[in-house]
Amino acid sequence: MIQFHNVSKTYPNGSIGLRHINLTIEEGELVVIVGSSGAGKSTLLRSINRLHDITEGDIQVGGKSITHAKDKELRRIRRDIGMIFQSFNLIKRATVLNNVLSGRVAYHSTFRTMLGMFPREDIELSLHALERVNIREKAYIRADQLSGGQQQRVSIARALAQEAKIILADEPVASLDPLTTRQVMDDLKRINQEMRITTIINLHFIDLAREYATRIIGLRAGEIVFDGSPEQATDEAFADIYGRSIRHDEMLGGEV
Amino acid sequence: MRDTRAYKPISRRIRFWLSIIVILAIYYWAFQGMHFEGVQSTTKTVMLSIINGFLHPDWSYVYIPDGEDLLRGLLDTLIISILGTFVSAILCIPFAFWASTNMSRRLTVSGSGKILLSVIRVFPEIIVAILFIKAVGPGAFAGVLALGIHSIGMLAKLYSETIESIDRGPQEALLACGANRLQVLRYAVIPQVIPQFLSYSLYRFEINIRSATTLGLVGAGGIGTPLIFALQVRNWSRVGVILLGVVILITLTDIISGKLRKRII
Amino acid sequence: MKPAVPGSGRKSPPDIQLIRGRYKRIATWLLIIVVFILCSIHIHATPYKLMTGLPQMGSLLQEMIPPDWSYIPTIWQPIMETIQIAIVGTTLGGILAIPVALLCAYNMMPNKWVSIPMRVILNLVRTIPDLLFASIFVAMFGIGPFAGMLALLFFSFGIIAKLTFESIEAIDPGPLEAMTAVGANRLQVIMFGVVPQAFPYFVSYFLYTFEVNIRAASVLGLVGAGGIGILLDRSLGLFRYDRASMIILITLVIVLAIDYGSTRIRRSLL
Repeated sequence: MIQFHNVSKTYPNGSIGLRHINLTIEEGELVVIVGSSGAGKSTLLRSINRLHDITEGDIQVGGKSITHAKDKELRRIRRDIGMIFQSFNLIKRATVLNNVLSGRVAYHSTFRTMLGMFPREDIELSLHALERVNIREKAYIRADQLSGGQQQRVSIARALAQEAKIILADEPVASLDPLTTRQVMDDLKRINQEMRITTIINLHFIDLAREYATRIIGLRAGEIVFDGSPEQATDEAFADIYGRSIRHDEMLGGEV
Repeated sequence: MRDTRAYKPISRRIRFWLSIIVILAIYYWAFQGMHFEGVQSTTKTVMLSIINGFLHPDWSYVYIPDGEDLLRGLLDTLIISILGTFVSAILCIPFAFWASTNMSRRLTVSGSGKILLSVIRVFPEIIVAILFIKAVGPGAFAGVLALGIHSIGMLAKLYSETIESIDRGPQEALLACGANRLQVLRYAVIPQVIPQFLSYSLYRFEINIRSATTLGLVGAGGIGTPLIFALQVRNWSRVGVILLGVVILITLTDIISGKLRKRII
Repeated sequence: MKPAVPGSGRKSPPDIQLIRGRYKRIATWLLIIVVFILCSIHIHATPYKLMTGLPQMGSLLQEMIPPDWSYIPTIWQPIMETIQIAIVGTTLGGILAIPVALLCAYNMMPNKWVSIPMRVILNLVRTIPDLLFASIFVAMFGIGPFAGMLALLFFSFGIIAKLTFESIEAIDPGPLEAMTAVGANRLQVIMFGVVPQAFPYFVSYFLYTFEVNIRAASVLGLVGAGGIGILLDRSLGLFRYDRASMIILITLVIVLAIDYGSTRIRRSLL
């Protein structure tokens, strides 16, 4: 469970990222956050694992405050939160398996991880995670040899190997083509349903949001202006979130 | 309009001729310091004996079963440059992180690192070698230490440029997994920079092997020592064979190191 | 904790690629360590030697401070000679490099029977470090700045010719075609098509080599090839470390000053 209590974020240059956010996300939900660029989607997502610090309020993850967590505690909470990025953020020269294994570092002592000696179980876990996203056979290939969609699946596998209870995905499909977009979204949905991992995704495609989400949250200028089921998120509701009518490029298109 | 057009070329022409005069004056001053006149008298006979020596290299010097020969001298030179590169490739890592702007929050930290590195760079290695000879005695070890310390200046600068150019994404990903600072370094920074580090170290090795051939001239081990002895007694056929050995050694290491560098990147 | 990925508790047979990768890594590290140790043994390098040597180094550095300021008038003339050696050596080397660079570049000299041997010669020249040249020329022509100048001449010839022919090969062929089209002969093509494009690069490499040569010239004297190095050698031989440090200090100042000036000119060129 993730709880936002009156969370605000003001950047050092004075611009406002988030404004009095109160939000509770239950276990197993697949929440899609929508909003025009600059609305604070990324800030909201990154405040959950404190990649961005908030300036006011409190965020609790699984009942523990991440806002007030000290170093070690913070890393302990982050360990349970997997993150998927728009640009994949893989180590391009390392093998796929090593990229997935890097999700395990927080489980082991610094000394052990410095030597790069992961236990057998971790390797099995990572290989099974790769199996789940159907790229087990790529385990020993360098990450930069994979296509964009495959790279994104590696980063999903990294989150799985991490045994994350929550997955945060920041525009996971923004640099993918329509076909691989669907494959990646299908993977995320399947993992969410089969393993009951709470999943929060930033998206800018409206039709994808409607198709995959169990709950849609609309942000505008750092404030929540919509919070409801996909059925409630009509075109009019989206127009309200964006403050204008929907444009063609905000639809992925294809069969829905 | 016409005024400015008439004015500009004149000031430019004055500047042009002024700089020409300055350059000519510098050259006049520089050339008269060279004492060309004192050279001619003995040149012809010396030249003949040199050419004769180079045409008949002292092949017997290549391998002497027990004693100082060309192959041992070249092996020493190779080893000095391998060890010297090795030492600096490792010693320079902390300096490189110190001098990288993206590894510390304060600019004064990386700035002071950069200044220290440029100070190290301006010290010629041969002077460093002389200082180490005074400390650990003449021989190859002094040469290794000299190369090891001197190379830090350049290698750490190249390393830090590599560190400054890395992609921040993987660091963010590791942080998000709950990794601590050291783990982020080990899994997000190091894998990105290691290939470039290796390539620069090989490049530095190519430079070091050239330096290593000269270290012996001041007594810091390697092929330079027998060379300077042969030069002192004007044993040109031995000088010839040593030079040949140096050229072959450096050419071979250049080719091998170049191939390796291509494979790494 | 229950495995988050179902089935991850199941043991699969050991992975061949994984084991191979691990052995490869261990073998590489072992090889590196063995080479390191063998090399160290060969040259009799021991941590003990370093431990006993370092305090001596410390006392030596202590003797260097403070530098002997009264030595400045004596070193002034050799310092000037150092600069002269660098200027003349770089200039003559640079002039010699121009025709060779043209002969080496494939787009200037399509005849491979000329360009390839020229490149081989150039590569051979570049294998010999400046101090080796210097010690040979000292033996040939006697102690003095002339030998140092010759050493730098060959050394800078190698660098400048290599860098210049590479930039000649990279020039835009358009102007050359235009010149040929209007009926220019080969020399005219070079004069009006190549020189305007390659000249800034040439000057930049020339200045860069000059910076390198100033450093080199300051140590040429160690083998008797003129310049400030002769005095440095003498001071070190007489254990006058305060004078040696004065020489080093002045040299550093000169090197930095010339670096600064030369870098500014190079920036304005490119």
